[in-house]
Amino acid sequence: MQHTLIALVENKPGVLNRVASLFRRRNFNIESLNVGHTDRKDISRMTIVINSDEVDARKVEANLYKLVNVIDVHDVSTQPAVIRDLALIKVKAALDQRAEIANLASIFRGRIVDVAAESVIVEITGTEDKIESLVELLRPFGILEMVRTGQVAMLRGGYEPVRHTPGAGSNGHHPEEALEMD
Amino acid sequence: MELSGAEILWECLMREGVEVVFGIPGGANMPIYDAMLKYPVHHVLVRHEQGAAHMADGYARASGKVGVAMATSGPGATNLVTGIATAMMDSSPVVFITGQVHAHLIGGDAFQETDVTGITLPITKHNYLVTRAEEIAQVVREAFYIARTGRPGPVLIDICKNAQIQKTEFVYPEKVELPGYKPPRTAPKAQLQKAAQMIKESRRPVILAGHGLLISRAYREMQELAHRAHIPVAMTLLGIGSMPASDPLNLGMMGMHGEAYCNLAIQNADLLIALGMRFDDRVTGNLKTYAPHAKKIHVEIDPSEVHKNVVVDLPLFGDLRMVLSDLLSYVEESRHDEWLDQIGEWRAESDSRDIIYWPDDGKLYTAHVIRSIWEATRGQATLTTGVGQHQMWAAQYYPFEEPYRFITSGGAGTMGFGVPSALGVWFTDKTRDVWVIDGDGSFQMTQAELSTIVQEGAKIKIAIMNNHFLGMVRQWQEFFFDSRYAATPLHGPDFIKIAEAHGIPARRVTKPEEVMDALRFADQTPGPVLLDFWVEKEEAVYPMVPAGADLHNMIRRPARERTTA
Ligand SMILES: Cc1ncc(C[n+]2csc(CCOP(=O)(O)OP(=O)(O)O)c2C)c(N)n1
Ligand SMILES: [Mg+2]
Repeated sequence: MQHTLIALVENKPGVLNRVASLFRRRNFNIESLNVGHTDRKDISRMTIVINSDEVDARKVEANLYKLVNVIDVHDVSTQPAVIRDLALIKVKAALDQRAEIANLASIFRGRIVDVAAESVIVEITGTEDKIESLVELLRPFGILEMVRTGQVAMLRGGYEPVRHTPGAGSNGHHPEEALEMD
Repeated sequence: MELSGAEILWECLMREGVEVVFGIPGGANMPIYDAMLKYPVHHVLVRHEQGAAHMADGYARASGKVGVAMATSGPGATNLVTGIATAMMDSSPVVFITGQVHAHLIGGDAFQETDVTGITLPITKHNYLVTRAEEIAQVVREAFYIARTGRPGPVLIDICKNAQIQKTEFVYPEKVELPGYKPPRTAPKAQLQKAAQMIKESRRPVILAGHGLLISRAYREMQELAHRAHIPVAMTLLGIGSMPASDPLNLGMMGMHGEAYCNLAIQNADLLIALGMRFDDRVTGNLKTYAPHAKKIHVEIDPSEVHKNVVVDLPLFGDLRMVLSDLLSYVEESRHDEWLDQIGEWRAESDSRDIIYWPDDGKLYTAHVIRSIWEATRGQATLTTGVGQHQMWAAQYYPFEEPYRFITSGGAGTMGFGVPSALGVWFTDKTRDVWVIDGDGSFQMTQAELSTIVQEGAKIKIAIMNNHFLGMVRQWQEFFFDSRYAATPLHGPDFIKIAEAHGIPARRVTKPEEVMDALRFADQTPGPVLLDFWVEKEEAVYPMVPAGADLHNMIRRPARERTTA
């Protein structure tokens, strides 16, 4: 099954490399990985989609926590979440095909964002399924180029994030406390 | 006050209580070495950076303090790699400090530039690349904190040369702020009660005692648990010393070369209480048939270790010492006499095959030599080892009453660990009786450090179990490759001459009757000593669970008449 994990990480050089290296080292397969800013300058947000069973998903979570720069990890797979992917699709389009393509795109609430003599670029935002459906419909025209951001996800309002790793999130104690340990 | 980055580094190391560092200088860390002269620290000049890493590691394991090793950029840093991986696999707190080329040269393949943080990313708990002097104080403070807390491990700091030279205001950071780093403390009460209940209900419990007990200094709590609930204790290779060998509840070492009765106890248990161990393949054998009747409680500080190899019934996350002392308030007294009688029977059967009870047949066996060393040192020595048969025999035939006395590379199995780690151990307490039980192959991997030992005047006894083979590999060839000895016969040098070239007194022993005399010689010699024991060439370590086989299906030593003569 697909698991979508959200990781908040410190916005420091090399952190993406640490996360990617972890996936390679532990032999986890990433479906998609998206990194972006949050409202805080010092924190970035990663959306990680993996295709794995429950046990492996927990392993990924626990291993992410081993990285010093990872602040929080939660799993939104089993809760109501807004999940979006953005695609830009450059499609071969003769003059008389543009209208048809624009029509198709608009059915999916996509739109044409660039027009050239022989091609157009369609922009679409949505769930994976939706984007895939549009891609299939556009394929007969000839897809010249395509890029997708990978999924980004956010829990719907009113839901508490699920954290599986013990000690994670609010259960963990503060670093100052830890100093007293020794 | 304005200080150079190098001075700030030493200011911070002094505040961490660092008294000794191991390393080699070079172009990219010369400012650090130059600044060192102003500080009260002892620097041990090694002959190869791998040696520095193992020394710092041995120091850390024996003392629980953070060890420090230093190297220059490029080849200096890459020479540390084996040592870093060794420390990582065994959760040893070591801070590695490497020099790096000027920040503005990074990425340009400058002379002796190597991507050290890239190389060491998967073999460190964390690492840093420092490009400015202003970062040093904070980074060093964090590095030590990360290295010694939670599940300890190596942390590497790669410091650009310009950052060592630049001057800046020195402000020691009051506290460490790591929003993503939260070592766990103790487990919830309900879980502790559940664990106590499971212990109460069990009839055939076994404690699996791992390295975590030594790391978090929780062995006394474990012993209390064992005694109160009458639970026998099986130890991992690195858990050795957590239970006194003479304790009637001690089952000795588990796993591939564990005691047969110990493995049988695990396979027949109805409850395993795993404490600070990670169900490594060397201790479980075939996972499908591992302890099939047992419920499993796993106390672990690292959540990624739980359910990794063995799916357990009750994981308890936290620092072992805190979890165990909390758990003890719920555990009641009980007895498991029937269970211990059963184990006693298995034990008697094991003893009947034990080489230690063989009569003297004129041959020199490693097991006997190690037992003689135990006698000569009254069981009070600290041992370090290489990797191979001699390592397993040391684990089997030198019974330890105390923790932190058996220092060996477990997870990584790094040959060459013995000699340098012994020097690290010696620096934790110069009155310690430190012995290296080495193999002829392992010894040669880091024998250059003999001259470091001499330069430091360290009183270290080196006993080479010289079987003229890469013995452990030879044993596998004998058992699993029809005795085809591909690349395992070793034509070693004359170790006596090597020792003497270093000014180290040395003796060769080829017969059993010479052993005690040589050990007396070692005892009476004030400085380092080397003993070259020419042991039986083709002896095998028993029992042996072949890799991936069921833990109870051990290759056993053929039984032999026991005599008292
Ligand atoms: C650095 C390194 N290289 C190779 C090995 C594989 N290996 C494991 S045991 C062994 C033989 C060790 O020989 P020796 O030190 O003489 O010990 P013995 O088994 O003969 O007691 C080898 C080559 C290893 N563990 N470490
Ligand atoms: Mg050998």
